[in-house]
Amino acid sequence: MIPSLLGISVVLFTLLAMAPGDPFDELATNPAVPPEVRAALRLKFGLDDPVWMRYWHWLIALMHGDWGFSFVSRVDVSTLIMQRLPVTLVVIGASQVLAIAVALPVGVLAATRPYSLFDQIANTFAFIGFSLPTFFTGLVLILIFSIQLDWLPFVYRADIAATGWAFYWEHFKQSVMPVTVLGLFQGAALVRFVRSSVLDVIRLDYVTTARSKGIGERKVITRHVVRTALIPVVTLIALQMPIVFSGAVVTEQIFRVPGIGSLLISSMLANDTPVVMGVTFVSACLVVIFNLIADILYGWLDPRIAFR
Amino acid sequence: MAETLLDIRDLKTWFKTDDGMVRAVDGVDLRIDRGETVGVVGESGCGKTVTARSVLKLIDMPPGRFENGQILWQGRDLIPLPAEEMDKIRAREIAIIFQEPMTSLNPVYTVGDQIGEVIRQHENLSKKQARDAAVEMLRLVNIPNPGKRVDDYPHQFSGGMRQRVMIAMAMSCKPKLLIADEPTTALDVTIQAQILELMQEMKERLGMSIMLITHAMGVVAETCQRVVVMYAGKVVEEASVEALFGNPRHPYTQGLIRSIPRVDRGAEQKQRLEAIPGTVPSLLQPPTGCRFAARCKYVMDVCTQAMPPLKEAAPGHFVRCVL
Repeated sequence: MIPSLLGISVVLFTLLAMAPGDPFDELATNPAVPPEVRAALRLKFGLDDPVWMRYWHWLIALMHGDWGFSFVSRVDVSTLIMQRLPVTLVVIGASQVLAIAVALPVGVLAATRPYSLFDQIANTFAFIGFSLPTFFTGLVLILIFSIQLDWLPFVYRADIAATGWAFYWEHFKQSVMPVTVLGLFQGAALVRFVRSSVLDVIRLDYVTTARSKGIGERKVITRHVVRTALIPVVTLIALQMPIVFSGAVVTEQIFRVPGIGSLLISSMLANDTPVVMGVTFVSACLVVIFNLIADILYGWLDPRIAFR
Repeated sequence: MAETLLDIRDLKTWFKTDDGMVRAVDGVDLRIDRGETVGVVGESGCGKTVTARSVLKLIDMPPGRFENGQILWQGRDLIPLPAEEMDKIRAREIAIIFQEPMTSLNPVYTVGDQIGEVIRQHENLSKKQARDAAVEMLRLVNIPNPGKRVDDYPHQFSGGMRQRVMIAMAMSCKPKLLIADEPTTALDVTIQAQILELMQEMKERLGMSIMLITHAMGVVAETCQRVVVMYAGKVVEEASVEALFGNPRHPYTQGLIRSIPRVDRGAEQKQRLEAIPGTVPSLLQPPTGCRFAARCKYVMDVCTQAMPPLKEAAPGHFVRCVL
């Protein structure tokens, strides 16, 4: 885990160093800043050092808990990220929960009645679901629920004044659309996957054995089919995490959710390299952590994978 | 006369496929009395397994369906029985073991869990009691160190040991009938003998009946009292073991018996092992006459015109042949 994170950070840092533009572009075009001041600033921040030296400084600082300093907003990167991260985690977490909550029962039901009406309807919706990009469905939802019906706010606000239940209600209302868009998009692909995974298992010999035990079809499915069918599904969910994060960037942009996705875009546009570095690194950490969780889940779902 | 447990009458289990109706079981009559071991023999694809699975209604429907017939279990027809009623018969009255011990156990649960699951379903026991009962069953099927093995997963057992676990599972609710669907085919010869011996032992201990499905005539000769020979979805001959081996009447049965390798007629007599020429006819459009006609060396005109009925050639010896 540590080596993979180190590798990711090297790649990220090198890519950002090679990218055109640096945070002082704006100062350079500003005639009020004399060239000497600019040079002094560059020296102070070590911007003219070779890449490996800058990386080394960044890494040492990171280990001391110093994520760097935003050139644009003049705030510590860690402060910026900590302000935005909880919102993103809530939106992504809730959408994943929604995706799994929809995909599991629908996928299992569709697989136990293959080619039935239910299966065909589920398949049709799944195809529509993952064919439509989130930026499209997001805009359609805004059009219907915010503009036409005026039920839900279409700008996500972090500064809700209400307290108590009203506070949570407001938060719930503004999260509904981003979570739905992201969750159903993920869920659509997951339905297809759960269905095929269950279909693979349901034909196996031990399912016939389970039926011959007289435990009832319901227990056969829940105990003997779904449990084994979940193993590849866990893999898919873990592998999809990077896609979920990139999907979150787009969705946050549409609904103006002040999460790390929108922070990433604004800091990229402003050439705010330390923030870009920080945000991408945090996303990388989260993806690695989710894969670790998936590995632990394997061990629990499948006793053939032993822990040493 | 012994009490009849299972009485299958004119059973037809057909499967709908893209090419048409496959008549896997096409009018089978089969009776099993209390305490007897009945062998069901025939080559691959003759409908043995489908007959066995039909009894417990383990056929996927669709594509399969019962076209006709009755499966009378102690006088009660199982075919129209609702699923909940059927589940009370499964494992508790009729248990089944399969050909492939490697894939018949669920890899993600311990064998103790899987045996305990059956026991708990049919008897009102706590988890602890079910586990103890599972240990007892494992001890009964001669698995060494059962107290420890009960918490092992199937992949930690060998093929023969897994078949013992399957037998333990099948026996755990003391069924009246055990359907053994080629229980030894996937095992090597020494283990085969052990498993057959174990089944015999269990049978005597519990006084149950066994329906032994196999294509090995040797196994039948050793373990069964009565034999039913199936060919292309139909019963062609039924007799006691002695009558069948001593005086086989159907040309197919004769061929099957001649194809058993024998040590006493060995290489020095330069006798080649006989085989039955040809293959099983398609069950999509079975021939109108005797289904064996195309492979029979005694074939006559009458054979291809109409299906000969199953007639009693000698007391208790039935054969579907005009000869």
